[in-house]
Amino acid sequence: MIDHYLYLAVILFVIGALGVMIRRNALVAFMSVELMLNAANLALVAFAFQHGKLDGQVASFFVMVVAAAEVVVGLGIIVSIYKTRRSTSVDNANLLNR
Amino acid sequence: MNFEWQALAPVLVVLGAAILGILIEAAAPKAHRFAIQAGVTVVSIVVAATFLVVNWRAGIGGPLAMGSMMLDGPSYFMWGALLVLGLGAILVFAERQLNGGVSAFAASVATVPGSRAEAEASAAKLEHTEVFPLALFALGGMMVFPAASDLITMFVALEVLSLPLYLMCGMARRRRLLSQEAALKYFLLGAFSSAFFLFGVALLYGYAGSFELKAIADAVQNPTMGRGILVAGLAMLLVGLLFKIGVVPFHNWTPDVYTGAPTAVTGFMAICTKLAAVGATLRVLYVALSGERWTWQPILVVLIVATMVVGSVWGLTQTDMKRTLAYSSIAHAGFIMTAVVGASTASPTSPLDSVAAAMFYLVVYGLASIGAFAVITMVRNPSGEANAIASWSGLGRKSPLVAGIFALFMLSFTGIPLTGGFIGKWAVFAAAWQGGFDWLVIVAVVLSLVAAVFYLRIVVVMFFGEPAEGVTVGRASAFTWLPVLVSALGIAVLGVFPGPVLDLATMAGTFLR
Repeated sequence: MIDHYLYLAVILFVIGALGVMIRRNALVAFMSVELMLNAANLALVAFAFQHGKLDGQVASFFVMVVAAAEVVVGLGIIVSIYKTRRSTSVDNANLLNR
Repeated sequence: MNFEWQALAPVLVVLGAAILGILIEAAAPKAHRFAIQAGVTVVSIVVAATFLVVNWRAGIGGPLAMGSMMLDGPSYFMWGALLVLGLGAILVFAERQLNGGVSAFAASVATVPGSRAEAEASAAKLEHTEVFPLALFALGGMMVFPAASDLITMFVALEVLSLPLYLMCGMARRRRLLSQEAALKYFLLGAFSSAFFLFGVALLYGYAGSFELKAIADAVQNPTMGRGILVAGLAMLLVGLLFKIGVVPFHNWTPDVYTGAPTAVTGFMAICTKLAAVGATLRVLYVALSGERWTWQPILVVLIVATMVVGSVWGLTQTDMKRTLAYSSIAHAGFIMTAVVGASTASPTSPLDSVAAAMFYLVVYGLASIGAFAVITMVRNPSGEANAIASWSGLGRKSPLVAGIFALFMLSFTGIPLTGGFIGKWAVFAAAWQGGFDWLVIVAVVLSLVAAVFYLRIVVVMFFGEPAEGVTVGRASAFTWLPVLVSALGIAVLGVFPGPVLDLATMAGTFLR
């Protein structure tokens, strides 16, 4: 049964990774990163269940807190970019690619 | 519960001062805030370093905080290096004389660049004094990162060091669009790579049933699960670590972020992040996964060769000073990693093992980086820093002292004998050679000759070029001069007389399990 959770976690992680690489909107890319973190959470909890230990479940709380902190910083940066350029497309942020 | 206050004091002082900084932000009057913040920052780092020395001399060590951190030789050495180099880098943050009485950070980051609100904020001489607590938080995370002995602590430390850096990258006073863009790129790619790191942590937890590095090492010796999950976990963990070091193919952010970020922050990032990340990589690979050496060595060797090639060859084509140093930092990441991949242990004939060699190299590279980026803040035209290499032309005639010191840093990056860089290169190459990677050392020596071309080109431009118009050397205060002079002195002394620091690194060079 543990296998199914693990497969789901891997699928979610791959969807997230593809989202970051394919989607051009910084907000959507960021949401995809959050999906990757939650995929890792699912894997942690599933393994904790398999090993009959609690530390994996506790770790998932750490991850949630870190993810929340990341949202604060990330949205701050994305909003400041949006206010300047009226766009959150990562393709428009290309001043440094010269 | 028994809590090791004294052993943890260096980290606690730094993080405590960061929290104190937030309170100061709320309570202190605006006129004095900058001085108070800078003072608290400097004092806290000095106090932390004092605790460190006292603890090291008293021989305090072993597992801390219920086994989540390990205070051993490498931790002590890296904490010491982080505190010294971090202090040098953060001192440059406090420079105000160069900018006409304000710091190099934006007056108000929340305002839109070019708007009236921004003009008003600059006219009112507003300053973001939050950079000091942010830098302290980052420094605290960097100290925990290489000392963490379980993967969850390591992940939290990784985020604690990264998040403030993302913010600081976007806070430049001039060229704010570039700065914001650098912050966005660093943030998105950094968050992406730490998601890989975390999934790697989850897989290794699944494999070993524990987050502790030594439990993972035991599980590698006596496997209870298939190897696939271990190798996948190892690979994903490495993605997160190598991203922070800036190893190819995870180096793409380096040139853009180094160029866009405020130069003082670039200096801080260039060395302190690299030091912490190399330390954590060493600990993960040598403590938890040394039984899997035959898996990670071939992967790393390929990446290292690619890193050195990209760093040295792409560096040749750059026209911007900060971008050139960014490619140089990629090349140096490759040189440091040659020692890591060698995984050589100390023997009576050559007591310098891989850990000691990498740590010594990082110190030498760090001194030169901090000095070089501090000098970059001094060379200016009317609109701010003059970063194009062309505008550094003829600097030797305008200010022989500044150009001479910068040339010394370039020679140390090159690895010319009688500079610290030479001893550092010799140490890492010896460690790689001893680990059985003789061909890699030959490749590395050839590529360091290629990289020498762009360092020496800068020296030639500075001393033999026609003086560029409108570019002057700004009158910097002691906050910039002190790090510049101390790092120049450090490089010269380590080049002629490396014994004490090499001995210290050698003595510190073994991880406890």
